[in-house]
Amino acid sequence: MSENLSKDSIWNGGKRPFVSSYGKLMMWFFLISDALTFSGFLAAYGFMRFRNAEIWPVPEDVFTHFPFLQGEHPLLFVALMTFILIMSSVTMVLAVNAGNKNNKKGVVLWMALTIVGGITFLGSQAWEWGHFIHGDKGAIKLSSHEVVHVVDADHKLYSLYDLMNVDKYDGTDHQFLIEEVETAFNARPDLHIKRADRTIVPHQESEEFFENSQVVLGANLTHNEYGHQLFADFFYFITGFHGFHVFSGVVLLIIIFVNVLKGTYERRGHYEMVEKVGLYWHFVDLVWVFVFTFFYLV
Amino acid sequence: MAEQSGTWWIWRVFWILLFVTAFEVLLGILKVNESLPESFVHGTFLGLAWLTHVFIILTIIKAAYIVMEFMHLGHEVKGLKLTILLPCVILIPYLLFILLTEGVMMV
Repeated sequence: MSENLSKDSIWNGGKRPFVSSYGKLMMWFFLISDALTFSGFLAAYGFMRFRNAEIWPVPEDVFTHFPFLQGEHPLLFVALMTFILIMSSVTMVLAVNAGNKNNKKGVVLWMALTIVGGITFLGSQAWEWGHFIHGDKGAIKLSSHEVVHVVDADHKLYSLYDLMNVDKYDGTDHQFLIEEVETAFNARPDLHIKRADRTIVPHQESEEFFENSQVVLGANLTHNEYGHQLFADFFYFITGFHGFHVFSGVVLLIIIFVNVLKGTYERRGHYEMVEKVGLYWHFVDLVWVFVFTFFYLV
Repeated sequence: MAEQSGTWWIWRVFWILLFVTAFEVLLGILKVNESLPESFVHGTFLGLAWLTHVFIILTIIKAAYIVMEFMHLGHEVKGLKLTILLPCVILIPYLLFILLTEGVMMV
């Protein structure tokens, strides 16, 4: 850059600050604000979790299922989702890399794979949400809003569907009355109650848990079978906000992809637009790395 | 900026990210199965379990590779690096410090 710069041209953006283009700089500034927004959400999650540390659900006990697999597989599905997103980040770098060499075929191939990765991630998240909404084993919510679970002799969570002798996946929308559950529970002296603070109440002392209580199946913004209500609220809000970022990312990628196909950037002589959407896409991956740690691992 | 040649560096970062994630999941599963040392899972340092510190360090390693390599920030000029990183490095720990300190219930 050897152009003569007068004061005017500096203040009018005549000089390239940081040897970077206007578009890339503005994308970075947007990403800073977005990063601070997400840290605000995660910090709020941490705040409420610290406040309710004794009764906060254990994430590894909540997210235990994998599509088409029986039994419990904690963390496996989110690990797969993380892998999908990292993989799509890799294909995105490869697309940018191809763009730097003005290799249109390469950009098309790698961007297409990135879009597929993004859509796969969204599908996985939809499955995860679906499972979270429908619930797993069911719970009892006391009038004090404490959520307690039925456990077996080994203190492992026991499904209310099994207790009521119904098939959870028979396609009908199950609802149990607290009285029905109480009757079934009383007939099973091997079952106990696990309180939110993880203490076990033996069968014979658990009568009080059925008075003025209700059965909760699944989770939404008013009740949550996994435990503290805020756990569900934060789950929907943070993964939802991230999922919306992924969705917008996919839309942006598709727009840029169509432009690549039309040869817009070939005529322009550079593929900087691919680089900019790439920055956004990597940021979405970056946020997921933190969501994964603080929502699922810790 | 010198452009890195080839694509080998991309795959290098990919394997690092994959390996670190796999290690985190392994730790998580060992934690559920209660195969980790008791003091590691329940012993705390600065209010957080040792295991949590390990998770946070691994996460920051992953984040650094994504930002520095995939987002190319490590290869930008120093001024841009500082402009992007300083607000985050100052404001986020500050917010966390305030909120988490307030979150701990004083009985």
